[in-house]
Amino acid sequence: MCATCGCDANGSESIKHFGEEHHHDHGHHHGHDHHHDHEHGHSHSHGKTIVEVEKDVLHENNLLAQRNRGYFDAKNILALNLVSSPGSGKTSLLEKTLSDLKDQFPFYVIEGDQQTSRDADRIHATGTKVAQINTGKGCHLDAHMILHAIQGMKPQENAILFIENVGNLVCPAMFDLGERERVVIISTTEGDDKPIKYPDMFHTSTLCIINKIDLLPYVPFSMDKVKEYAKQVNPKLEFIEVSCTSGEGLNKWYQWLKQKVQVPETV
Amino acid sequence: MHELSIVMSIIKIAEDEAIKNNACGIEEIELDIGELSGVEMTAFDFAWEQAIKSTLLEGSKRSINRIAGEGRCTDCHTVFVMRQLYEPCPACGQYLIKTEKGKELRVKSLVLT
Repeated sequence: MCATCGCDANGSESIKHFGEEHHHDHGHHHGHDHHHDHEHGHSHSHGKTIVEVEKDVLHENNLLAQRNRGYFDAKNILALNLVSSPGSGKTSLLEKTLSDLKDQFPFYVIEGDQQTSRDADRIHATGTKVAQINTGKGCHLDAHMILHAIQGMKPQENAILFIENVGNLVCPAMFDLGERERVVIISTTEGDDKPIKYPDMFHTSTLCIINKIDLLPYVPFSMDKVKEYAKQVNPKLEFIEVSCTSGEGLNKWYQWLKQKVQVPETV
Repeated sequence: MHELSIVMSIIKIAEDEAIKNNACGIEEIELDIGELSGVEMTAFDFAWEQAIKSTLLEGSKRSINRIAGEGRCTDCHTVFVMRQLYEPCPACGQYLIKTEKGKELRVKSLVLT
């Protein structure tokens, strides 16, 4: 049983840590304990009681997300939640970023996928400490999974933590993980009308990375249209155009990251 | 299919309340689900049927208040019915809209026995 949140440790998700002296799996069940049996023999009234609950369904997730956020703030960790469709190049962007900047910042990565540790293996190969969360049938990461991943990871202060969400433009939008910013990635091989087809994800993000710009001559993707649609959904959204293959535009992304890393106050 | 997680959270909230109140069962549950909350009702109903089995919500009466979307333009302050998120203001056409209603997703009340 987990001492922090009381979840039992036999669930469908698993967290695997890489880049430590020992590897261990931590399977857990995220907050869905059911009390199937009813304790009898105690006294209770047999009348009806109407309880005005008025409780937000995502209340528990939001509380845990705020706890994660507090932890990140206290350690001055820049936590970024990377969201996109499958195949937009989240992992490639991370591989590039980690290889290019690993001497400048301490990095940590949490990988979310339904199955396998293939993405975590790719990140681990760059020498970065990584935890793989397998959501099983789940379509998104939630704050509770992140809590457990960081417990095993113990990130140091002033680090950058990338949380690569499950590739899905719908469900992860509803679940706050405690990140400082949400970064949505779209690639030129997708439709340029995605921002209005999946508006929530673009609305809740602060930065939109447009990947695979090296393929622009070959695909019917309009840079102007995608930005126009995205601005309709989120007028404040920033854009950075990159290609992880040619390296074009990556410096702008690195500048963005550097500007977001707060310099800790000296006493 | 984030609807399953949502249903699981509803079950947890309802069962926690029932246990807190020393109740034997849950006769009714009332939910507020806004039309802009991002919940697909077909998926929600499907997840509901499966997930409530063997919980205190099995056999309970469920009522859902669907709350229509309402937006307020941050420029000209026009209040209008939003059929989908991020619609432009019908009066001035700009997109900076504050969603006033329709994003609700909460357990409103329970009848415990």
